[in-house]
Amino acid sequence: MIELYLGLAVILLLTIGLGLGRVLRGPTATDRMLAAQLFGTTAVAILLLLGQASASHAIQNVALIFALLTAVSALTFVRRTSIDNGAEEEQPDGD
Amino acid sequence: MAINDLITGLLLLASLPFFLAGTLGLLRFPDLFCRLHALTKADNLGLGLVVTGLMFQADSWHQVARLLLTWLLVLVAGATVAHLIARKALEDGQRPWSRR
Repeated sequence: MIELYLGLAVILLLTIGLGLGRVLRGPTATDRMLAAQLFGTTAVAILLLLGQASASHAIQNVALIFALLTAVSALTFVRRTSIDNGAEEEQPDGD
Repeated sequence: MAINDLITGLLLLASLPFFLAGTLGLLRFPDLFCRLHALTKADNLGLGLVVTGLMFQADSWHQVARLLLTWLLVLVAGATVAHLIARKALEDGQRPWSRR
């Protein structure tokens, strides 16, 4: 079984490598952000498989944190680029 | 080979074409909105199959719950992020691809 987990993890890593093609080609910055989103979801799968293969279930907690980081990074991208494009209508947070 | 090992192996192998389809869609689809579809649907389904397969190997209900909650978090985050990215792209003026 461990060979199955490790083999699948390697194949998913190659999938991520293929996704880098979109980072190279993508006409807009949003396309490159989509590749980052791909990294996040596939990395959660890889971490879960590696955690099962090494019988160290602490790695599966890292997968949970990775999912959160992916969401936060995508939200930051959307927030930053829409502030740069549009007018600065945002009020700074009150102290 | 125990029955739960067999089920786990089948589910993990079944998840592989979904991940490959998601990446292939990201590379080959003609438009940003189509790529969002490939990313949030195919990849999350592949992740769901991986999680289901690993659930059969878990030692306790605590682990099963943790795996399930990880998958639900990825689903909800993916759906929210896809909506926000698509809305931002529409505001920037991108229009969906059409054959004309």
